[in-house]
Amino acid sequence: MSTEASGSARDRRLLAVERVTKRFATRDGPIIAVEDVSFAVAPGEFVSIIGPSGCGKSTLFNIIGGLIGDYDGRVTVAGEPVTGTHPAIGMVFQEESTFPWRNVLDNVAFPLEIAGMAKEERLARAEKFISMVGLSGFERRLPAELSGGMRQRVALARTLASEPRILLMDEPFAALDEQTRLLLGDKVLQIQQALAQTTLLITHNLTEAVQLSDRVLVMSYRPGRLKRSVEVRLPHPRDSEVVSSDAFGQHVAEIWQDLREEASRGIQDDEARMLERGRRR
Amino acid sequence: MKPGIGLASRAGAAVFGLVSIVATVALVELLIRVGIVNRFIVPLPSQILAAIPRIIVEENVLHRFWQTTQEIVWASLLLAFFGVGAGALLHRVPLLRAACENWVGALAAAPIVLMYPLFLVIFGRSATTIVMIGFAAGLAPVILKTVEGLAATRQVLIDVGRSFRLSPAQLFWRILLPAALPSVFVGLKLGLIFAMINIVGVEFLINFGGLGQLINELAERYDLPATYGAILFVILASVVFFEAAERLERWLRRAD
Repeated sequence: MSTEASGSARDRRLLAVERVTKRFATRDGPIIAVEDVSFAVAPGEFVSIIGPSGCGKSTLFNIIGGLIGDYDGRVTVAGEPVTGTHPAIGMVFQEESTFPWRNVLDNVAFPLEIAGMAKEERLARAEKFISMVGLSGFERRLPAELSGGMRQRVALARTLASEPRILLMDEPFAALDEQTRLLLGDKVLQIQQALAQTTLLITHNLTEAVQLSDRVLVMSYRPGRLKRSVEVRLPHPRDSEVVSSDAFGQHVAEIWQDLREEASRGIQDDEARMLERGRRR
Repeated sequence: MKPGIGLASRAGAAVFGLVSIVATVALVELLIRVGIVNRFIVPLPSQILAAIPRIIVEENVLHRFWQTTQEIVWASLLLAFFGVGAGALLHRVPLLRAACENWVGALAAAPIVLMYPLFLVIFGRSATTIVMIGFAAGLAPVILKTVEGLAATRQVLIDVGRSFRLSPAQLFWRILLPAALPSVFVGLKLGLIFAMINIVGVEFLINFGGLGQLINELAERYDLPATYGAILFVILASVVFFEAAERLERWLRRAD
């Protein structure tokens, strides 16, 4: 099933994913990771894609980011097809991705250095984004001297420093505890609202998706298809206190109805595959 | 957050190291003096220390030290340039890596020093022969550790580079090489060890050049305290080059 995004997104597309399908060849035959996925993101919109493990979320992240090129369908930014990595798309990865040999300031200044910006200017701009993610005072620290949450904020600041039109994030807080995740969610929201940053977040965390997003796209378990698009009608500006509201609970319950079915299928499929492997041995 | 080693701990480690050396030397002195170790095979440490001013004045050991140092510097430069270069090439071309990696590994175990007559035929009885044998002996670990370090670079760091649209050259110099630097320097230090052993060994064998030749001459005169004194200068060269390699690694990490 292909679900087209609704409302203003359809009218003002900054990012458009059109009928994207990706197959992988494996020893057990081809696997369809994502199938016929279409959606669009409007300028300034915060969209989350949520789905169970193994539904192809990260594959979709890599396709949109231009790291996987061999797929069917089309990804466009402001109507321009994306072939390979695109300067308008900034990526924040799930895995810890700061450069361990560079301090916080030099990590954040990295994309500006690559762009050939003069040292004084790039360091000033890097400091601005370090302050934005709440890490002022840690400029000279190496990543090894920071906590996991702080390192992810460095990675976020580094991507923001390149001033992408679209911020693409793949479960950036997956490895963090729930409290840190909620507080970092606040930080992301503040930044997104301050910069009117168009953002696409890939996540498997329901509360995170509802807390942060204007719209949540629910993916089915393998093959990953878009099952449903849910508008999150929670007031702006938002922070983590929103999680205690009734409206928040209603949204979570609504999305969970769809997600539970897919997550159950995923677990059953995993168990069946484990049994099959055991029998082969 | 990981705690670093404090200044007091570093000073403590240095004092402990020094005390250990002094204690070992004192123990050897004692074992020789009570007759457990034969003094005609191992001279007294006090005699070795007493021989050092003599080999500085009479045997011109500082000039020999400088000659050996120059050979080690040249061999190190060749190792860094060709070893790291070959490692990067093998990493870049998987077919070449699959074809050559085992051969390079075998080269690491080969007693290159025994090929010195061949090097003598090619380069003559000269410092070039010594440098080239040192270079050949140290090449394999530099190549292998460079390949290992580059191949072990985390994919996510490469993806970050790709997301910022780095060119292949930028990706190598800005991400792959800095990420591989610790492993590259392990290879360089191993290569340096092999190179130094072979450089001094070949100086000894062909009776040419720096400290190796001096050790040969002193051993033939059966001047054991002076022989061991000259060996102390070989150890000094080793310490100097290791410290230089450590400092270079730290500087390169900072410089990125």
